[in-house]
Amino acid sequence: MDVVHYTRILERNENHPSQLIEILHDIQEEYHYLPEDALRAVSAKLNVPLIEVFRVAHFYKAFTLVPRGNHLITVCTGTACHVRGAPRLLDELSGELNISPGGTTSDGAFTLEAVNCLGACALGPIVVIDGTYYEHMTPGKLRRLIESTREKDIEDSAHA
Amino acid sequence: MPEILTPQALLQWAEAKRRELNKFQFTVEICTDTGCRASGSRAVAEALRAEVERRGLQDKVNIRQTGCHGFCQQGPLMVIEPGNIFYGKVKPEDVPEIVSETLLNNAVVERLCYLDPASGMRIVKEGLIPFYRAQDRTILGQNREVDPSDIGEYIANGGYAALVKVLTSIKPDDVIDVIRESGLRGRGGGGYPTARKWQQCRAASGDEKYVICNADEGDPGAYMDRSVLEGNPHLVLEGMMIGAYAVGARQGYIYVRNEYPLAVRHARRAIDDARDVGLLGNNILGTGFSFDVTVMRGAGAFVCGESTALMASVEGKVGEPRPKDVHTVEKGLYGRPTTLNNVETWANVPGIINKGARWFAARGTAKSKGTKIFALTGMVKNTGLVEVPMGTSLRTIVFDIGGGAVDGKAVKAVQTGGPSGGCLPVELFDLPVDFEALTDAGSMVGSGGMVVMDESTCMVDVARYFLAFLVDESCGKCVPCRIGVDRMLEIVTDITEGHGTMKQLDLLEEVAETVQIASLCALGKTAPNPVLSTLRYFRSEYEAHIKEKRCPAGVCRALISFSIDPERCTGCGACLRACPHNAISGSKKEPHTIDQALCQKCGICRDECTFDAVIVE
Repeated sequence: MDVVHYTRILERNENHPSQLIEILHDIQEEYHYLPEDALRAVSAKLNVPLIEVFRVAHFYKAFTLVPRGNHLITVCTGTACHVRGAPRLLDELSGELNISPGGTTSDGAFTLEAVNCLGACALGPIVVIDGTYYEHMTPGKLRRLIESTREKDIEDSAHA
Repeated sequence: MPEILTPQALLQWAEAKRRELNKFQFTVEICTDTGCRASGSRAVAEALRAEVERRGLQDKVNIRQTGCHGFCQQGPLMVIEPGNIFYGKVKPEDVPEIVSETLLNNAVVERLCYLDPASGMRIVKEGLIPFYRAQDRTILGQNREVDPSDIGEYIANGGYAALVKVLTSIKPDDVIDVIRESGLRGRGGGGYPTARKWQQCRAASGDEKYVICNADEGDPGAYMDRSVLEGNPHLVLEGMMIGAYAVGARQGYIYVRNEYPLAVRHARRAIDDARDVGLLGNNILGTGFSFDVTVMRGAGAFVCGESTALMASVEGKVGEPRPKDVHTVEKGLYGRPTTLNNVETWANVPGIINKGARWFAARGTAKSKGTKIFALTGMVKNTGLVEVPMGTSLRTIVFDIGGGAVDGKAVKAVQTGGPSGGCLPVELFDLPVDFEALTDAGSMVGSGGMVVMDESTCMVDVARYFLAFLVDESCGKCVPCRIGVDRMLEIVTDITEGHGTMKQLDLLEEVAETVQIASLCALGKTAPNPVLSTLRYFRSEYEAHIKEKRCPAGVCRALISFSIDPERCTGCGACLRACPHNAISGSKKEPHTIDQALCQKCGICRDECTFDAVIVE
């Protein structure tokens, strides 16, 4: 992995154990997961035992130790979204992509994540795909979004 | 930005900025909060900017991208001042007409005004819309008046005047007295008297003290803290500065959920700007008071809303709570005296200082003062953020402001207080929102989530939902919560799957009581509330699941089956295409059928069917 890159992230933050979570966020934003050698680099830099770094990375749900797919689909399963049919969206995805929350499709295209609340409860059910929020989601709309994301991928790879 | 070194300089800047803003003939306040962004408000703002520029109106029209206005269901929304003209569900293509009619011709674009379902009339002014009329928007109303990224606008609106007042003329102990007289109680859930917390922290020994803003709004269904921090970060910051002065802290932290990226960004920007102009840092306004704030992001752990777990997380550690035999006001962050308040609590402080304790205490009930923001969501017509005086009835909130249930269904209950709260049936809707009244009824005010449930919601499923949530979020440190909640989930799952027994209901109550008494922190202590409240008010639904193996709301998958009514089915194929499990077959224009072996009972076919042909039994 790009050790120089980690150094840049590490140097951006204060060299103090309290910065552990902030640094892990920064690394994950860049790499979409926490690579093992990054955790080692963080441990050395902050002088926090590696086991503690792993414990923190493991405890907090926002962090993942396995690589994510190219597209991250986040389904809000908060109470307001739940009563408005969020479980059906998970059904749709399990049928369409054959994955359950936490899973990644075998082609590495999509990772599905269920989160407890995104704070846009009035517009539920909410789905976020690659950082863009979609409100009043239905299984049908979700299916079309996945189709268009796939089509765009094919287009992009044709141009590449 | 000018550097503000004296109270006088702050006043001068406010005056100059006001003059600058007063030059505009119109101000268009567009909500670009996370919610309205999801509805497409940024494209509207961009279209408006382009149109105003194209017509050379930049000196005439001020476009202000603001935080949440509250009526999220009508988003993207804007208000044009003067005139208080409210436009909802605005699309970029509506913008040219808004400019030519409203901004150039002083006319209203009627089709964009709110259509009142009761009267069938269009309502032009925001303040006259029923959703807003019954509210008292002391805190939220300020969102419209500022661009959250512009410290100047906050100052022009009288921002940081309360800070100047305390730093120049009120002793720390007297600040605490004012807060005490106001009767302000914590808005994060518990309702602990704010002044008592501050007093204990001030009295605690130690030179280094901290203040923390809890923006780890983990309760699903609540988003007022996001909206206040996102929409008016300086208001929160000013509250924290006043609190820090009162308790004697030099360092503050804002602990905010990483699921709220815009709130993180706005809070950071506010801190940077405040530091740049000299409102944070050493010797603020030349008064000798020094204070700074850092934003720390959470990482998706519900338990970190608990004070001791939150403080562990700020230290960069695993967010596990500790026993509170010694309170955090004495030994909190890094073992030092710490005052932790919720976003909304901090946001109330500047107003109390500016307008006085009496002004604040004039609203509310005997023990719950001021206003409280609720997130009204779920199966209700008008969803959004609602701010009302404490003591307002649930009925006023759900029916007068919320407009009742959607699609002519009947409201069954409202869930308040998130996973720590409970479900209150419609028969209790005359209850006032008051810390004690809701707790006595088996729920709580909590952080202010209000999820409305109608006849299509199964209350046993709701209990199961919260238990599953809490099993997932229990940190695992103490046994009663880790194991007890898990056992409760097992029992309730049994019931939703149709193999529960009446004897299990007694066991459920027994386990619930143990978990309540013996858990280490509030997460566990309140975890049984959703179960106990649904058992108390909706016992018949539990009994239907157990005795009749029937889910009255048609939700619990093990107890329902889907079929297609051949009389109604037109063979359009919509359900067939929609079924993610390929369980539906049939030829075109012929009635379709569902293969029971493949059907996962998700209900997608029922949503897709426009002929009401899918039957749930």
